[in-house]
Amino acid sequence: MADRLTMPQTAMPAASVRAPSVDIYAPQWRNFMFVAPFLFFFTTLLVVPLLWGMWLSFHKADTFSSGNFVGFGNYIRLFHDKVFLQSVWNTFYFVLLTVPALALIGLFLALCLNRRTRTAAVLRTLFFSSSVLSVTIVTLIWRIVFIPNVGLLSTIYGWFGATAPAFISDPSLAMIGIAIATVWWCIGLPMMLFLSALQQIPQDIYEAAALDNASRWQTLRSITLPSIKRTFILVVIVQIVLQFQLFGQAWLMTRGGPNNLTKPIVLYIYDTAFRRWDLGMGAAASEVLFILILIAAMAQYLVTRNNADRT
Amino acid sequence: MTADIEIRNVSKHFGTMTVLDDLSLSIKAREFIVFLGPSGCGKSTLLRMIAGLETVDSGEIAINNERIDHLPPGKRGIAMVFQSYALYPHMSVRDNMAFGLENIGMSREVIDARIGEAARILEMARLLERKPGQLSGGQRQRVAIGRAIVKEPKAFLFDEPLSNLDAALRTRTRIELAQLHQRLQSTMIFVTHDQVEAMTLADRIVVMNDRKIEQIGSPMEIYERPATKFVAGFVGAPAMNFVEATLDRSGRNATASFADGVSVQTEIASSQLADGKHTFGIRSEDVRVVAAGQGNADGVVDVLERLGERTLVYARLGDGQQIVGSDAGNSRVAVGHKVGLAFDGQKSHLFSETGRAWHAREA
Repeated sequence: MADRLTMPQTAMPAASVRAPSVDIYAPQWRNFMFVAPFLFFFTTLLVVPLLWGMWLSFHKADTFSSGNFVGFGNYIRLFHDKVFLQSVWNTFYFVLLTVPALALIGLFLALCLNRRTRTAAVLRTLFFSSSVLSVTIVTLIWRIVFIPNVGLLSTIYGWFGATAPAFISDPSLAMIGIAIATVWWCIGLPMMLFLSALQQIPQDIYEAAALDNASRWQTLRSITLPSIKRTFILVVIVQIVLQFQLFGQAWLMTRGGPNNLTKPIVLYIYDTAFRRWDLGMGAAASEVLFILILIAAMAQYLVTRNNADRT
Repeated sequence: MTADIEIRNVSKHFGTMTVLDDLSLSIKAREFIVFLGPSGCGKSTLLRMIAGLETVDSGEIAINNERIDHLPPGKRGIAMVFQSYALYPHMSVRDNMAFGLENIGMSREVIDARIGEAARILEMARLLERKPGQLSGGQRQRVAIGRAIVKEPKAFLFDEPLSNLDAALRTRTRIELAQLHQRLQSTMIFVTHDQVEAMTLADRIVVMNDRKIEQIGSPMEIYERPATKFVAGFVGAPAMNFVEATLDRSGRNATASFADGVSVQTEIASSQLADGKHTFGIRSEDVRVVAAGQGNADGVVDVLERLGERTLVYARLGDGQQIVGSDAGNSRVAVGHKVGLAFDGQKSHLFSETGRAWHAREA
């Protein structure tokens, strides 16, 4: 009986009895529906304005009309505008002040607070709490700290009979003042990213290092830092992109002054496009900022990726 | 370089939980010692205390008569191979091995010579420039052992180093470890819950259970003359048969009787046995399967396990207790057959209610 049942099957060519197998990873058009809502908003709110901005930057435009095509006219005017060049320099200076500070202080705090004590948990919350404040509150707090004669800093300096540095009005200190407020405001995210990276390092390689006679410094240099290299790159790229877009702190603390020395590119764009209503030139400045951020982030990524490949 | 290791009255607590309770042990130089026990018995904790990765709450640990329990791990002159290998992922194999030597300021020539020698012993010279991520599990294991060898430590500690390898590689690495021990003549302490690893590698096995040492002895001592019921049940596969028994101590040797009337004449001196309930124990290879009515008891075959060189016969006695017996590899017994079971009285054991064991007089 069993022989009779199995005989016809083995005698038949395999292809005629085999049902086509289903490739569960094969692309299916209905899967597109899942990403469609995101793509819709991504396109309408990001891609279209980006292209529109590019188009605007080649036209002479104000709020009432988008007039003639002027080619690179807006860009030429832009690069002859000393205020714009000043704002580009200001932005770079600000990024240079804040990004290394955010990365290094964030790492330092994470290293200090990467332990399972109640104190560490409280301090982690405390350091992160500034991140949830709005820029208005942050600048208000730091204006109270920096304000001459009656501010917190002046009061403390006063106890020692000294005069506090004028972080808001001194041309050489104003940007540093904004940078300090920004680092205080933004330190939570880098710290948390570093903490999560540190907690993913397996404990046993620290034990192996202890058996290998590694000092604390050698352990940090040879075990911890190489293990969190990718997170370090991520933090630096994210912060470069964020800090290039400085606006709120500068607008609320110094209004770009004194003498345009704290005016960043975004504030220049705001002034040009929405206070002087020169939309074409504002759009051109926006494109320059876009390219700068792109170059900075890509350069950082490429440099570190090549290093990562080599090591 | 080799070392005597002395562990004296060591205890360890994690919070209110006691992990090791007043434990003492002497390990001789060049000895291969295996800590064997079930998960959570404290064997890894003891190893980590010797390594310095756990503090000692009370008692002391000495290497070559020098107390080391207050020294940091790196200053104890020992090397450890971890279960997960714990290789530094961003360093090449060479750098992994060099790291510990660089940290103590050893010259480049000596480091290179030691790495070369270790690579030769472990046949991994072609792997030296690779990263751990580019190696297979077995190769990582070699690197971890190599990293220990280059330190020329007084003692090697192994924390379940074979448990992440597949069965074939585990057997091969086991043999290589035995050869490595013969070659290096170093003191080695090996932690495992695998009794085959313990039996095949150890000069002496330390069987641990529930925070304390159950027995210390050579593999055959542990197997043939287990000190407690726990050791008898833990070591050996399949586990030893245990049957509740009443004893007749009127003769020179005790006779054990089971609930269904089966009795076995043991070779255990009656005089040393106390009153009270006892458990009769016998290993499967000491229970021969014979024709029904020809042995001490009859049973019905529940399950057969054909291992090739022998067949394990799981037979159920009249009172429902299961006994595992042994038959030839080509046994003709089938499930459902009624068979006889012949117990070897010379190889039988008795266990008191407290778990203490008695064995036949030594020949």
